[in-house]
Amino acid sequence: MAQMNMKEAIRDAMRVELSRDPNVVIFGEDVGNVGGVFRVTEGLQKEFGEERVFDTPLAESAIGGLAVGLGIQGFRPIAEIQFVGFIFEALDQIAVQAARMRYRSGGRYNSPIVFRTPFGGGVKAAELHTDALEGLLAQTPGIKVVVPSNPYDAKGLMIAAIRDNDPVFFMEHLNLYHAFRAEVPEGEYTVELGKANVVREGSDVTIIAYGLMVHTATKAAEELEKNGIKAEIIDLRTIAPIDIDTVIASVKKTNRAIVVQEAQKSAGVAAEVIAQINEKAILHLEAPVLRVAPPDTVYPFAQIEDAWLPTPARIVDAVNKVMNF
Amino acid sequence: MTNGVKQVYNNSITAELDIQIFIEVKKMTKVPYEVYTEEVDTLSVLSPDGEIVNQDLLPELSDDQLKEIMYRMVFTRTWDDRAVNLGRQGRLGFYAPVSGQEATMVGSEFAIEKDDFICPGYRDMPQIVWHGLPLYQAFLYSRGHQHGGQIPEGVNVLMPQIIIGAQILHAMGIAMGYKLKKQKQVVITYTGDGGSSEGDFYEGLNFAGVYKLPVIFFVQNNGYAITTPFSKQTAALSIAHKAVAAGIKGVRIDGMDVFAVIKAVRDAAERARNGEGATLIEAVTYRFRPHSLSDDATKYRTKEEEGEWSEKDPIARLAKYLEKKGLWTEEDTARVKEEAKAKVNEQIKKAEQTEKMTVPGLIDSMFEQTPKHLEEQKADFQ
Repeated sequence: MAQMNMKEAIRDAMRVELSRDPNVVIFGEDVGNVGGVFRVTEGLQKEFGEERVFDTPLAESAIGGLAVGLGIQGFRPIAEIQFVGFIFEALDQIAVQAARMRYRSGGRYNSPIVFRTPFGGGVKAAELHTDALEGLLAQTPGIKVVVPSNPYDAKGLMIAAIRDNDPVFFMEHLNLYHAFRAEVPEGEYTVELGKANVVREGSDVTIIAYGLMVHTATKAAEELEKNGIKAEIIDLRTIAPIDIDTVIASVKKTNRAIVVQEAQKSAGVAAEVIAQINEKAILHLEAPVLRVAPPDTVYPFAQIEDAWLPTPARIVDAVNKVMNF
Repeated sequence: MTNGVKQVYNNSITAELDIQIFIEVKKMTKVPYEVYTEEVDTLSVLSPDGEIVNQDLLPELSDDQLKEIMYRMVFTRTWDDRAVNLGRQGRLGFYAPVSGQEATMVGSEFAIEKDDFICPGYRDMPQIVWHGLPLYQAFLYSRGHQHGGQIPEGVNVLMPQIIIGAQILHAMGIAMGYKLKKQKQVVITYTGDGGSSEGDFYEGLNFAGVYKLPVIFFVQNNGYAITTPFSKQTAALSIAHKAVAAGIKGVRIDGMDVFAVIKAVRDAAERARNGEGATLIEAVTYRFRPHSLSDDATKYRTKEEEGEWSEKDPIARLAKYLEKKGLWTEEDTARVKEEAKAKVNEQIKKAEQTEKMTVPGLIDSMFEQTPKHLEEQKADFQ
């Protein structure tokens, strides 16, 4: 098996699908000739030609509309939105046109599109390059939202997303592109959309997270273990739909939970997870389920990003609160 | 004028040049910062009196085709009359009247092939019905029923678009699909004068220019975006001028003249099929009725203006032309009206008798495979 970082794993997924299915096309700003600002699609235009992998003019709404139109034509577009903050320019095409195509046409048309975008803090990028906007799409009916935390999942989820006949919003954490390498199988395999993964087993408390926060939670769990607290960590992997069954099974075992998210605290994925725990397992809880999340401000300028984002120490504090409730 | 735009078409054009009815960008010469100020003519073939004012640009149409066009325009007017009444009776929901725009709607659809693709705006129901959408489904769409958008297989149209301009981008994408698949179909998309102010309009034209896509952007400039007059929509001399910025062809036509419409769309489609790229057509027209059934046009239009435009009625002028040729009589008009009324009555009944949507059905239409959480939510509605 090859060792890959997450960027290489995502690229490998797209290469596998470009080879396998002639209807897969990739486009976006700068994705063709140089392979994108993060080089995620590097080499793909050279390998598959300019009709399969191409640069677009700089206009996000048109990139979204192009994907919708090509989807109607039977293609499987992978449209890159260069940075997450730019999705506002394309939100009608993503959240209205693509996400409602199946419903509006009663199934005659669909949007088998992957919208890829890098996001996430910790790299001190420019304003509106890092925001965690997953909540906007997680609340949008008709679209799935995927946030991988490691190379293996990223490749398998990307292949599943490309093959899905409905639109998928695929969020790639900037801080994970080069963070570490892991074993990634060659060729094709899928990680099912809508399935969470228990990445660390424990018996005392469940920590639910996704994306970079899985790693922040792992650091916290290592600290907690020194004090004899065994934390179980669930990586949601897909935040729409949420695999609540895996969460509930864990909560029934540990009876305590916290949810960690990089997005602002209110009305987000954490709130949804907690609501569903209440609906399905409230009698199993020994303490309220807490959230570790940034305050309800705009995603900050780079200078205070580290202070704003959830840290292992804040996760440890939250776990201690639910343990001592 | 050194760097303006010029319409090559004029009244003395020769037959072999008649494809070149488009605005062309002239080379910048001496004054690079001058704003384009050269106005373009509005292409016209059939005068309000039913006279051919430009024989060279008259599209080739057989007598049967001429009668068919007339049939469809009269049918569409009658359908519109009936739909307005049905709306007032509460038997239709949102309905955008079309009277006055029959030349642009019927003519442009008539000028393309059956397997070409239409991306309509919200008022463009006649184009997609004449392209193959059953009328009762148009009524179902108005009544807020999902089956209205369930386009039959083999009918190449999208559902009417509500977000102004979004369909322009879909047309561009569908056109790229034809180009990638090396198929010869073209795409036509519609918006209004208001739609030409949207960002999506400029983005769509620009992409179509860059990729040389087989798409026709058809703007029905009916003078008002709901209530806002064209004078407040743009400082450009015309909407056709906007083609210049995208590097595509543009033309401005009399939208009350069905021959000008057919000529412009046929030429644009031919160019698109030949790999010569996109065309922007601005058709100057007028909606005789308000924007919708809840709009009051007397608040923003004068009786005089409405009177002037009714003199330009696209149906009346075609009728005059056809009557002179011995192809149409008042009795024909009366007969078509009766046929249209009967068809509307039958189709609205069919729409009313269509089984109602259900919440579980709605839930199952969100994804190819309904996810578990939605299955659980469905249980609450069964």
